[in-house]
Amino acid sequence: MPSLGADMEAGTLVEWLKEPGETVKRGDIVAVVETQKGAIEIEIFENGVLESYLVEIGNKVPVGTPLATIRGKGATIEEAKPERKAEAAKTAEAAAPQPPESVEKAPDAQAKPIETPRIEGERLRITPAARRMAAQSGISLEMLSNASNDFISLSDVEERIGGTVASEKFSMRDAIAAAMSRSKREIPHYYLSHTTDISAAVNFVAETNKNRAPEERLLLGALYLKAVAKALSKYPEFNGHFTKNVYHESSAVHAGMAINIRGGGLVAPAIHDTESRDLDELMTAMRDLIIRVRAGRFRARELSDATITITSLGDRGVDQLFGIIYPPQVAIIGIGTPARRPWVHDGILVPREVTTLTLAADHRVSDGHRGALFLRAIDKQLQSPEAL
Amino acid sequence: MTPAEIQIALKEELHRIAPDIEVTEIDPAADLREEFDIDSIDFLTLVTALGKRFNLAMPEADYAHMGTFNDLLTYLVGSLHK
Repeated sequence: MPSLGADMEAGTLVEWLKEPGETVKRGDIVAVVETQKGAIEIEIFENGVLESYLVEIGNKVPVGTPLATIRGKGATIEEAKPERKAEAAKTAEAAAPQPPESVEKAPDAQAKPIETPRIEGERLRITPAARRMAAQSGISLEMLSNASNDFISLSDVEERIGGTVASEKFSMRDAIAAAMSRSKREIPHYYLSHTTDISAAVNFVAETNKNRAPEERLLLGALYLKAVAKALSKYPEFNGHFTKNVYHESSAVHAGMAINIRGGGLVAPAIHDTESRDLDELMTAMRDLIIRVRAGRFRARELSDATITITSLGDRGVDQLFGIIYPPQVAIIGIGTPARRPWVHDGILVPREVTTLTLAADHRVSDGHRGALFLRAIDKQLQSPEAL
Repeated sequence: MTPAEIQIALKEELHRIAPDIEVTEIDPAADLREEFDIDSIDFLTLVTALGKRFNLAMPEADYAHMGTFNDLLTYLVGSLHK
């Protein structure tokens, strides 16, 4: 059971995606684990053969508990007898948090062509709350998928259990409460705000999208991600992890994108190597991630790897937000809802698309002077969208 | 495709994006994004799905005609019966 943050103590196994005897390779998704942060896909970091399950579906086990044994390459069937198993078989230490220095590519990192993301949970469309409830009640997902060929909701599971159940949103709320309390307790935040004209970026998106099919269209969010990633190249004190009183800057930018979860809560999984992807690739990655988060399916590494968080209020929000840093990160960028406002442009008062960028950063690592320069650098990137 | 069939298809696509919201409970004349609590990326996902399903271009310039459930339905029916 991998740890997905300092606040996680246990997780519940809800689904096996590989059978004993199946060959598994590094990067394969082998299981789904329910945590306070939602359903997480567990990647394998070994090549070999899945020998046996060690934890049964529905069981909640502490972090560090082996979930399965994987027989490594070269170990023959004979060698895998019980007395030799201990050395031949390697515990599936899937998804141990990677140090931020890791620049290892995610399996999907080189996805070049623009493609519409497929819903990964296609064979089983189930809401995270329903998945959680099913696991806690010991109901197999197969039973549910037979019961309905539509999206399985909490009420479907409750029906199956035959009783009413208390709200399932508490555990997500608990996880947010724990992380944010720790942040407020430990991190001396400072806050900066900068209002800027983003008409160039807005116009660039409209112009780019004019002749594009919907699946190839850009959103401002992709520009924000790239602008922040490019600006970070000169401001490494905002991109990394602060652990055990030491700041470790990350050479790669794994931007955590705050995603609102329907029905309550949020998560901020990482888009790996944000700085090295172009806008179309970032759009594909964002769409894929959001679809998976909404379906309750994302990977352990995506939660633990983020080196900075970007939270955008979208187009139905308010002017600005004051973020709380997600530990062990050291900064969070907030982007307000763009609005048409009076603005002095080239000496003339005209209506322009204006938004407010904010930065909350860790004073143990950086100071307001550098923070201000960093926010200005993001602004500058947004003024030349064609270069992003 | 009849308008009734188009309406069923639209409801299906909305249900995929917002499975927690019952189409019968929303105000079809109010802001679609508010009623279904969908953001710009959800909306783009919806437009992508509808464009594929009906083989329509759904250009961004037409988004202004997709502001409410009723508007979007009228837009789809109009585009498919040209």
